[in-house]
Amino acid sequence: MDYAHSAQELVQLSYLAAAFLFIVGLKRMSSPLTAVSGIRWAGVGMVLATIVTLLYVGLGDNPNVRLNVALIVGAIAAGGVLAWVSGKRVAMTDMPQMIALYNGMGGGAAAAIAAVELYGGTETSTTHLVIATVGGFIGSVSFSGSLIAFAKLQGLITKSVRFGGQKFLNLSVLLATVVLGFLVVSGAGGGSAAVSLFFVFALLLGIAMTLPIGGADMPVVISLYNALTGLAVGFEGFVLDNAAMIIAGTVVGAAGTLLTQLMAKAMNRSLGNVLFANFGESSGAAAGGVTGSQKAIEASDAGVMMAYSQKVIIVPGYGLAVAQAQHKVWELAQLLIDKGVMVRFAIHPVAGRMPGHMNVLLAEAGVPYELISDLDEINAEFETADVALIIGANDVVNPDARANKSSPIFGMPILNADKAKNVIVIKRGQGQGFSGIDNALFVLDQTRMLYGDAQAAVSQLIQAVKAAG
Amino acid sequence: MIDGVIALYIFMLAAFTGYEVISRVPVILHTPLMSGSNFIHGIVLVGAMVALATADSTLVRVIGVIGVFLAAGNAVGGYVATERMLQMFVAAGKKKGKT
Repeated sequence: MDYAHSAQELVQLSYLAAAFLFIVGLKRMSSPLTAVSGIRWAGVGMVLATIVTLLYVGLGDNPNVRLNVALIVGAIAAGGVLAWVSGKRVAMTDMPQMIALYNGMGGGAAAAIAAVELYGGTETSTTHLVIATVGGFIGSVSFSGSLIAFAKLQGLITKSVRFGGQKFLNLSVLLATVVLGFLVVSGAGGGSAAVSLFFVFALLLGIAMTLPIGGADMPVVISLYNALTGLAVGFEGFVLDNAAMIIAGTVVGAAGTLLTQLMAKAMNRSLGNVLFANFGESSGAAAGGVTGSQKAIEASDAGVMMAYSQKVIIVPGYGLAVAQAQHKVWELAQLLIDKGVMVRFAIHPVAGRMPGHMNVLLAEAGVPYELISDLDEINAEFETADVALIIGANDVVNPDARANKSSPIFGMPILNADKAKNVIVIKRGQGQGFSGIDNALFVLDQTRMLYGDAQAAVSQLIQAVKAAG
Repeated sequence: MIDGVIALYIFMLAAFTGYEVISRVPVILHTPLMSGSNFIHGIVLVGAMVALATADSTLVRVIGVIGVFLAAGNAVGGYVATERMLQMFVAAGKKKGKT
């Protein structure tokens, strides 16, 4: 008895240490130079908590303990190895969808804990039943929703599924889930059919909620699901009396909520608008005011133009990520700097598929921080720039967001690339961007289009700048 | 062990902590930060382990294995992704120091 008691205390102490290390780790991530040590400290906390838990459950007196511990070790090995290999192999540009995937797995795990509690029928306290059910609901939505987000960013689902009565259908699924949740809680043990249906509908809700959301909004959605998984983990922590899960889950829930708000704000939209407005649905008609034609330019001319500029501002977007062009872009920038051109990188908060996505890519290529500016710092500088080089960015430089009230992105803060003396846009083709909105910048008098894959186009620019002496 | 009101205190303090710690993170670290917080809720692994350890029927055991598998993927994947991204920032910072 004494032995079991002190083992329990040891487990709790290790959880306390893990929670402390998680918070220290997050804190250290607030500076680029200490950030790596931050994730490592958090990793130490995770390993500590996992090992202590494994030893503790291995000492249990459940007759099935051997089989169960073997299953635990096997499942950790399988999940861990798969995630390790995929995480090491994935290209930096595909990180957003991998984060969505890993996050969905966490939500699924929280839902699985809830399912064990609810199917097992060992839970008798109503409070615990309610919290387990709510956590299971949130975890399930986060799980299936994140998988859809992953599939969309990975290109497995290319269309946003929208149809008449969709909101009504989603609302019905939500209501059915809530009713089933009540049945599960009040049914107290007997209703395993209700439990199964409850999880089926919760999973359906996550899918139905995420399918209509456009790809451009995925960063906000992933961030939201990250916060939701945190909450679900926190709730299941209550059920299991596990302080580490309560603290870590709640910290992530709060942090993720803040991050989600910041991102929605950067797009000048409310979270409700992102989730329910079917963004981009009618944009073709609404933004039909863009008239004029796009004017093409040869890479050699564009290179000469940049080589003889005083100041060039580079605006990267998702097209840069797709083409893996970050190293080439930095090579180009270094060439220009050697020629005495002042080069700046302008990063919109929602450029790419996640906040900071472009910063990660530029960091990968080795671009120093002081050349990278965010929206507030750089916007006044476009007026003095000779060339704004737009690489695979679209909506974040669309002046319609300032001027055209009928544009779906009206009001979103943008980079004022249209104020530069010359604008060169590297773009794969003449079509619309990811959100399906016409871009008024592309038809301005000072704008020239350089069609092609970002990597190939930038390589040509490098040759042209070299040739320019 | 954790009573209702105590749990609420933990919840409240942790929520403030999360909000405050994150509010000071610069924009450039937002993607690794999201990935990092994604890693931290991988602590769900210990809960999934405890849930599976108590399993006494096949159904519960299967769900428990799925839970541990997913949780391990969350924790390990979150760690690898975050560390890879953050290392790039260190590399970029060092280059900056040299020039």
